[in-house]
Amino acid sequence: MPAVQETVDRVRRIDVDQYRYGFETVIESEKAPKGLSEDTVRFISAKKNEPAWMLEWRLEAYRRWLTMTEPTWARVDYPKIDYQDLYYYSAPKPKKQLSSIDEIDPEILKTYEKLGIPLREVAVLEGVVTKPVSDDGEEGAAAPRSKIAVDAVFDSVSVATTFQKELKQAGVIFMPISEAIREHPELVQKYLGSVVPTSDNYFATLNSAVFSDGSFVYVPPGVRCPMELSTYFRINERNTGQFERTLIIADKGSYVSYLEGCTAPQRDENQLHAAVVELVTHDDAEIKYSTVQNWYPGNSEGVGGIYNFVTKRGDCRGKNSKISWTQVETGSAITWKYPSCILRGDNSRGEFYSIAISNGFQQVDSGTKMIHLGKNTTSRIISKGIAAGKSQNTYRGLVTAHRKATGARNYTACDSLLIGDKCGAHTVPYVEAKNSSATFEHEATTSKISEDVLFYCIQRGLSQEEAVGLVVNGFVKDVLQQLPMEFAVEAQKLISISLEGSVG
Amino acid sequence: MNVALAKTDTGRALSDAFAAARERLPAAGRVADLRQQALDAYERTGLPHRRIEDWKYTDLRVLIREVLPLAPAPDAAALKRAEAALKAAAIEGTRRLVLVDGAFAPDLSDIDAEKGLSIRPLREALDGGDSALQVQLFALDNANPMVALNSAMLTDGVVIEIADGAVLSQPLHIVHIAAGAAASSIFTRSLLRLGKNAAATLVESYVAADAAMKYQAHDSLVIAIGDNSRLDHVRLVEDAAEAVNISSSVVSLGAHAHFNTFGLTSGAAVSRYQATIAFAGENSRVETNGVNLLKGRQHADTTLLMDHAVPHCASREVFRAVLDDSAHSVFQGRIIVRPDAQKTDAKMMTRALLLSDDAEADNKPELEIFADDVTCGHGATSGALDDSLLFYLRARGLPEKEAQALLIQAFVGEAIESIANDALRDLATSAAERWLRTRS
Repeated sequence: MPAVQETVDRVRRIDVDQYRYGFETVIESEKAPKGLSEDTVRFISAKKNEPAWMLEWRLEAYRRWLTMTEPTWARVDYPKIDYQDLYYYSAPKPKKQLSSIDEIDPEILKTYEKLGIPLREVAVLEGVVTKPVSDDGEEGAAAPRSKIAVDAVFDSVSVATTFQKELKQAGVIFMPISEAIREHPELVQKYLGSVVPTSDNYFATLNSAVFSDGSFVYVPPGVRCPMELSTYFRINERNTGQFERTLIIADKGSYVSYLEGCTAPQRDENQLHAAVVELVTHDDAEIKYSTVQNWYPGNSEGVGGIYNFVTKRGDCRGKNSKISWTQVETGSAITWKYPSCILRGDNSRGEFYSIAISNGFQQVDSGTKMIHLGKNTTSRIISKGIAAGKSQNTYRGLVTAHRKATGARNYTACDSLLIGDKCGAHTVPYVEAKNSSATFEHEATTSKISEDVLFYCIQRGLSQEEAVGLVVNGFVKDVLQQLPMEFAVEAQKLISISLEGSVG
Repeated sequence: MNVALAKTDTGRALSDAFAAARERLPAAGRVADLRQQALDAYERTGLPHRRIEDWKYTDLRVLIREVLPLAPAPDAAALKRAEAALKAAAIEGTRRLVLVDGAFAPDLSDIDAEKGLSIRPLREALDGGDSALQVQLFALDNANPMVALNSAMLTDGVVIEIADGAVLSQPLHIVHIAAGAAASSIFTRSLLRLGKNAAATLVESYVAADAAMKYQAHDSLVIAIGDNSRLDHVRLVEDAAEAVNISSSVVSLGAHAHFNTFGLTSGAAVSRYQATIAFAGENSRVETNGVNLLKGRQHADTTLLMDHAVPHCASREVFRAVLDDSAHSVFQGRIIVRPDAQKTDAKMMTRALLLSDDAEADNKPELEIFADDVTCGHGATSGALDDSLLFYLRARGLPEKEAQALLIQAFVGEAIESIANDALRDLATSAAERWLRTRS
């Protein structure tokens, strides 16, 4: 069954030639010398005024990286990357020491305004009403904005982090990781690399050696983070790789919701983005992590675009803890990312909701891993892939239950849809059960989501499609509705996209 | 990921074995060259291991360690043992074709003439000098190391040709018997060519005579189904408890053809069945079903590739595994829908039932789709017996084992019920029942 027209139109609207964030900011920047060597690593570390242990950590990763080979198992195809032909550090040249947000280079401020990211706290005070403009040009419903703290990362450095003071009063630490290394070394040392070790994989190891900035979040025991946290990543400079590192720790009984967004200028070269995200939840804590990935996807001929090679992993370390990943993936020339959950604590819960739409010559190889180690751990995977144009879209997922993970449960539904006959949609699920009380279900079609829920909706007059939309959007809405960013509004619309005609 | 490895010790031992066995291997015409190519291909990787994606869950370097030397041709004593074993394996009303230790046994086989049916030992067919046939028999993909090994070492098999319009009066039954007392390897290959508008049923059994304990059966089967023809296929792996069975099959279907295949594995310590089924003509249909009934430390792997290369074809895969003790079952299914294969209707469902906490079930139902107007689905589940169902049965007075047996029977029944031939369906059902009885 072919895709319905509405879906085709919606996907067309975000086709690669419709990319809206492709502008460039003209700004003077300071770069590390081109290429990668121990000196590059030392340069970055020195730029960040890092303590000796941090430099040692990076160098160890760098030496390890030299012994590794680039992975080739993913269904993506790209010319060999010349790691010596990249800049590993690029920062806007500071005009003077900054004391407030108003002193940021106006060009940068303008960039974020253009992207719809409010950096001036005054602009995001509670109750200010804005009208987000959606992708189809119609004005969205006016919604009161709730407060949201933003860490803005421009190329290799964080240029602004809002609401830091207010968060501090609640005990929440939200700051660029480069600052956290200096100000909270005990926390960073304890957690950095504890979820994604420096030896984890080729790109994560590279990141460990050369990461320049990213966000650090620590939510102390019993605290519900008073506002949404967000990081907006912008690659601006040419020939530059972005290597950010995010570390979020939710201590016992705490809660935090975090959203990241990313865009880049339109260029005919490929740029590398190799990030690492580590999440840790202790007993009864919860992290909601959402991504709206909209890196430049290349043009309609397949020239240019970001290589998005990202390692994201959450560790449900404590009992009854929960991590959920939500991702809306529309950008990047190549995506290679598998946000995962290690369900270590008993009764912990992992969730993965993903919609990946590929157009043009984009290649997506994405999915998740749910690793059940603790007793009565549960996980849910809802993945939608839509391939159009000449793109290739692969879901690759692993669900595994350790021998001791008695009572583990997983439910997976992954659907893919093809628009046109020049693209490909693929599903590669690995389901490994190593004890008899683990119950795993990997379902094929949308109608299987929950037949009685669907029946209930249909009985009340909704069409099958609307009912599925309601059910799936219902799952994801919780995560996204609180996020007043324009890009999240757009993402929200994509989540309700119709997958009628989808295949397992 | 394919890792190119230097020649392993296993590989070297094999090339010596190959040289030593050369005398005994058919080598007419191009065959000697084709063999050598296959051996070279095998030696580039040696025994497949977990770093090769297709063998991720079945690491032969760990599981079987080495390829045993070629089994000697059966002597009179071996044939006598085989004859005894055949009594138990024989199926009433079928035409028996018996292979003992990799050699066709005419005295144990039924090769009486039937209109439209030609049966020849593979060795004879290869020596006959028909180069088209030689090429067809070696057309298997050497990229798979175990297929390449089989091509390099095969000694015999059966070549079955069924003429256009022929409908066979009785099922064909190829019985693979291991009868040698020494630890050794058996390499066989068979071919079944079904003409147009024809119909046939093929049963394959793998069994061991009394003396055979630790052996490796390496088998392969090439099937070509003509337009408007139907083939029903049942394979029963009941090898000895310490044996290894590595079997491959390559099936191609013409237009409006129908292939119904069922496999049951309850024997062998380590087994792998890898099948590639390709649609070459439109409006054809395939049902492939399988059951693994495993206990102890058995390891069984089923790897299926369904290749929808043309439009308007349908395929169904239903797979069940029941695992007791420390048994390990692997199912890797892959459906490819090629760019022109519009209106494909493909489904794959794999379910595992774990009766013990030490058992392991690995499922990988994979879809690879390049056409936009298709219906494809896949599903995988694994879990224990449903406690509430067990309770229901026990509340009605059934002992625990019996209640379990009833539920297991129902579970595997879904895969067995697709067998079209009543007698063969009963045979599979009773094989499952036999296995269940060994549990209590």
